[in-house]
Amino acid sequence: MTAYRRPTSLQEALALLAEAPRPPLLLAGGTDVYPARAAGEAWMQPSDRPLLDLSALPELAGIEERADHHRIGALVTWAALRDAALPCWFDALRQAAAQVGGAQVQNRGTLVGNLCNASPAADGVPALLALDAEVELAGRRGTRRLALRDFILGNRQTGRAPDEIATAVIVPKATPGARARFEKLGARAYLVISIVMVAVVVEATDGRIARARVAIGACSPVAQRLPALEAALTGLPVEAAAAIPQPEHLAPLSPIDDVRATAGYRRHTALVLLRRALSAPAEARAA
Amino acid sequence: MTAQATLLSVNGTARAVTAPGETRLTSVLRDALGLTGTKVGCDAGDCGACTVLLDGVQVCACLVPLAQAEGRSVTTVEGLAATAMGAALQRAFLHHGAAQCGICTPGMLMAATELLAANPRPTEAEAMASLGGVLCRCTGYRKILEAVLAAHGFLEDGRPPIMPAAGCAVGSRMPRADGLAKVTGADRFGADAAPAGSLWLRAVRSPYPRARFAFGDWAPLLARHPGLIRVLTAADIPGRNGFGIYPDIKDQPVFCEREARYRGDCLCALVSDRATLDAIRFDELPITWEVLEPVTLDGAPGGEALHARWPDNVLTTGRVVSGDAEAALSASVHVAAIGIETSFVEHAYIEPEAGWARRIGQRVEVFACTQAPYMDLEEVAGVLGIPQAAVRIIPSACGGGFGGKLDVSIQPMLAVAAWLLDRPVRAVLPRSESMVSSTKRHPARITARAGCDATGRLTGFAFEGLYDTGAYASWGPTVAGRVPVHAMGPYRVPAVASRARAILTSNPPSGAFRGFGVPQAAIAQEALWDRLADSVGLDRLEFRALNALRAGDTTATGQVLEHSVGLVACLDALRPRWQALRAEAAAANARGGVRRHGVGIACMWYGIGNTGMSNPSTMRVTLGPDGLVFHNGAVDIGQGSTTVLLQIAADALGLPAGGFRLVLGDTDLTADAGKTSASRQTFVSGRAAAAAGKALRDAVLLRANAGPEAKLAWDGSELLVDGRPLALEAPLEGIGRFDPPTVPLDANGQGIPYATYGFAAQVAALSVDMELGTVHLRRIVAAHDVGRAINPTLVEGQIHGGIAQGIGLALMEEYLPGRTENLHDYLIPTVGDVPEIECILVEEREPLGPFGAKGIGEPALVPTAPAIFSAIRDATGATIMRIPALPHRVLDAIGR
Ligand SMILES: Cc1cc2nc3c(=O)[nH]c(=O)nc-3n(C[C@@H](O)[C@@H](O)[C@H](O)COP(=O)(O)OP(=O)(O)OC[C@H]3O[C@@H](n4cnc5c(N)ncnc54)[C@H](O)[C@@H]3O)c2cc1C
Ligand code: FES
Ligand code: FES
Repeated sequence: MTAYRRPTSLQEALALLAEAPRPPLLLAGGTDVYPARAAGEAWMQPSDRPLLDLSALPELAGIEERADHHRIGALVTWAALRDAALPCWFDALRQAAAQVGGAQVQNRGTLVGNLCNASPAADGVPALLALDAEVELAGRRGTRRLALRDFILGNRQTGRAPDEIATAVIVPKATPGARARFEKLGARAYLVISIVMVAVVVEATDGRIARARVAIGACSPVAQRLPALEAALTGLPVEAAAAIPQPEHLAPLSPIDDVRATAGYRRHTALVLLRRALSAPAEARAA
Repeated sequence: MTAQATLLSVNGTARAVTAPGETRLTSVLRDALGLTGTKVGCDAGDCGACTVLLDGVQVCACLVPLAQAEGRSVTTVEGLAATAMGAALQRAFLHHGAAQCGICTPGMLMAATELLAANPRPTEAEAMASLGGVLCRCTGYRKILEAVLAAHGFLEDGRPPIMPAAGCAVGSRMPRADGLAKVTGADRFGADAAPAGSLWLRAVRSPYPRARFAFGDWAPLLARHPGLIRVLTAADIPGRNGFGIYPDIKDQPVFCEREARYRGDCLCALVSDRATLDAIRFDELPITWEVLEPVTLDGAPGGEALHARWPDNVLTTGRVVSGDAEAALSASVHVAAIGIETSFVEHAYIEPEAGWARRIGQRVEVFACTQAPYMDLEEVAGVLGIPQAAVRIIPSACGGGFGGKLDVSIQPMLAVAAWLLDRPVRAVLPRSESMVSSTKRHPARITARAGCDATGRLTGFAFEGLYDTGAYASWGPTVAGRVPVHAMGPYRVPAVASRARAILTSNPPSGAFRGFGVPQAAIAQEALWDRLADSVGLDRLEFRALNALRAGDTTATGQVLEHSVGLVACLDALRPRWQALRAEAAAANARGGVRRHGVGIACMWYGIGNTGMSNPSTMRVTLGPDGLVFHNGAVDIGQGSTTVLLQIAADALGLPAGGFRLVLGDTDLTADAGKTSASRQTFVSGRAAAAAGKALRDAVLLRANAGPEAKLAWDGSELLVDGRPLALEAPLEGIGRFDPPTVPLDANGQGIPYATYGFAAQVAALSVDMELGTVHLRRIVAAHDVGRAINPTLVEGQIHGGIAQGIGLALMEEYLPGRTENLHDYLIPTVGDVPEIECILVEEREPLGPFGAKGIGEPALVPTAPAIFSAIRDATGATIMRIPALPHRVLDAIGR
């Protein structure tokens, strides 16, 4: 039988984690953990890894506004994010939340679980990269923060130490009026893994871009920011932004061919989606 | 660590469950609490069949650990009727025909219930967002949306639905006769029931597409897992280790001997209790492998032989030759040519294969989901080496089939296990195992050419189709036989040369899938008409109308179509919509933007029943001590035959449909109605049902000494003839049998392959994002000549469902062995992918059919993909040649 524990305090959870003879698999909403189990079971590869269920840890709950940042607890679901009253710079993240899976997955899956699962197609990553988010990690020795770009190391690899639990995402505040957008491309309406997704957060003063942050997912093992494009955008009038993205700005990407699309298509659509995301709302896609 | 009891509230009742905390809530509900209304289609969050409410919020129960439900309230379909809105929603589902097979219905109901609790009058967009996580493979979602939006209107009306009066059933929108069990969760699907104490069976399958293998010593495995009762291999098969559709082709082994021929081929099976099976790992099994190079469609024809019996790997060649097509083409004023390639398509019924078998003395009983109980009976008897009379097949409710449950899957191995162990044995395939092991739609490589004269009249047509039939024969010969007959479509073509070959490869066996290869052919054929129409300068609809078959025409097989050729009527009905949609598209294009709008059209014909082969059906209606009973052996896989055949029998007899008791499917209790495929049950079994009803009526009238106009009435226990009770000393029965008249095809495909044909034309309106290659469907209008719509709601349901599958075929479905073996990566349309559909029912009566009816199951799917490609061409000028038209392929085609 699989060992399964559901501690009720972070301290207890960290102790269980530190003392476990075999590193347990951490469990939040289970929307990645259970499907992975089913995939194994179908080919007679049952998982006997112990589970440490984090869902009863009060320290991981809720969204909190603090002086210079918001803290999104590790148990906050996509649905909670989608429905939360959050400042405008969260719009891209909330648009992503509304497009993850279907309603059932949104009701159960967590944002932090999405980050920890570290899929190249994780919809939560680009928006948070564009917000310079950090991941809060708790261990028996204390709590540390890791920038998201340093947290996700590769396909299904993170910088979490085996005895740590990700407790929250820290999102620094942006300037009021910042515009954030998310564009997801998939081959059907719901329940679809992204072929490409783009998140942008643009902050402007007097109609000129003061800071642009742009990230692209599903086009490299880890979603990437596009620093050259961000630099090129800085100082431009907001209306000029959509015309700026060029193929050379995509240098950090390394898309592949897979069942969903070709590498060439991903490069092409990344540019299209970038231009759309950067275009002023009035020019948004004609129906 | 022993598990403690977890307390939770289920449908308002406190329950204590003793199971490990990580146990899936689905398993808790179904196995521990017996609430099998919650269905399991994937165990992975992908299908939503397991949707329940957790504290009022919809969740996939397969992803919820029991411990996380502790102290919370769970609502399942079994608890739905307790609330006013839940009961109203169930009534709305029945009224609108929102449940077909019913396997997705509990999940749909629960997802909708979350929404309706907060918002009793939602918009369509809100309903879509709520239902986006539940897949339905049958309905095309439109009637589900209708029901959800209308549910509030059913709040007041608590009465059961109104049933048609005597003689008025045919043509009425009577609710499904088997519908109540589907909306309450009471229906018993393959995984929902098993005899107490059943053992579990697990098939062991090849992960390699082609490999030789040998078993070593099983003793260590048996020692390590003391619960493991038996390992079954080829050596244990008491009878013939082979099954297959054709009596002379039993080429697919129950358990492979030395060689596995596709990824998913079955090597052996393990039998034990569930926990033991779940713990056994593949790498513990004593199997050694010699992996061989797989043979694909590229290398198969004339390459290394995969079966000694077919040295060139050509399983079957079908052809139709009439006139001199080459000469006609070279003399044509306009000629068009096309080459297309399609993919494997998975049936993706939401219910994976499941069932049980048990031995009773010298007989065996098999309960499983199936489309063909009598074929299962023959296979089981053959594999066990026992007389057919010793086998009883009890079909479970069937959670979708679409052709995929015509072949046996688990039935033979369950029967072998139960027979040898003399204990009941059950099995439920996990989703991925279902996908790797079951048959697929044939991928096809098609080249076709057609010509016409200066006025647009067709002159000649040449068609060459290479169909990848995979590792075993299955329905390959049927596909190769049906395709050349249909390849030119429902048009007058004086000279035809069409050939289809089914080629054996190391791929999954391709079998029967709604349309038997015809949908692939229609894609090529309809693309040619668009090109010829453009060359001639004719409107694309008018080009088709000009060439459409009409009553009195002779087909390429030499058959004269005497009656019921409704294609022109379909096109006439579509014409105003076509023109209006084209005008709308032109106006939208004139406004500019990244999306280009287009409208496409396609036609189809479809022969009802087997190709040039006998396919009889027998139906029986009895009147006796157990009442008025309709013995109907046709399995309803969601398409509605239980209801339609009842409507027919009732009207033929002259009693209300509501008065019958139904005995369905069971081979001990019903006669052979033939398989549920080839769109034949309404036509063939319908005629048998009409004859049975009529025969019983005749017997009653004779007994009562009454004239033919006598009025019958049934009060549930007594039959009244013109108001006078009929005294019965012995039960009366009426038996009806029908076998559609056909003439087998000769070497050139000449003959009468089908007694009647369905005809249809569909128009698709869409837009294409010219930068992304994404396709947005706006509207589909479908005109179908069904002879007579016995039940318009069910006919529309078939059309909607067929269209949804056509959309999947056209735009997203591509089964790649080893890569898209689950419902996460293999995409089928969701509620947001099916646009508004308008159905136009054309009723050109078929004199042979019951009350003039033909069939609709497959015709619904055939024209959809070609109409979509026609519309993409209209919008962008691009011809899609690699199917499905995933966004990158559309963009590629636009760029060419
Ligand atoms: C049908 C379906 C559709 C989906 N569609 C999308 C989609 O469109 N886009 C998308 O991005 N994703 C999609 N997903 C995946 C998405 O649901 C998950 O990535 C989800 O966000 C993970 O959260 P969870 O709480 O369910 O994580 P779990 O499954 O509980 O865990 C996920 C992983 O993270 C680890 N983990 C979880 N929490 C912590 C923690 N606090 N500290 C450390 N490690 C932790 C776990 O050990 C595990 O490895 C889909 C899933 C399903 C089933
Ligand atoms: S069984 Fe739970 S989503 Fe398919
Ligand atoms: S009715 Fe929805 S899957 Fe069959």
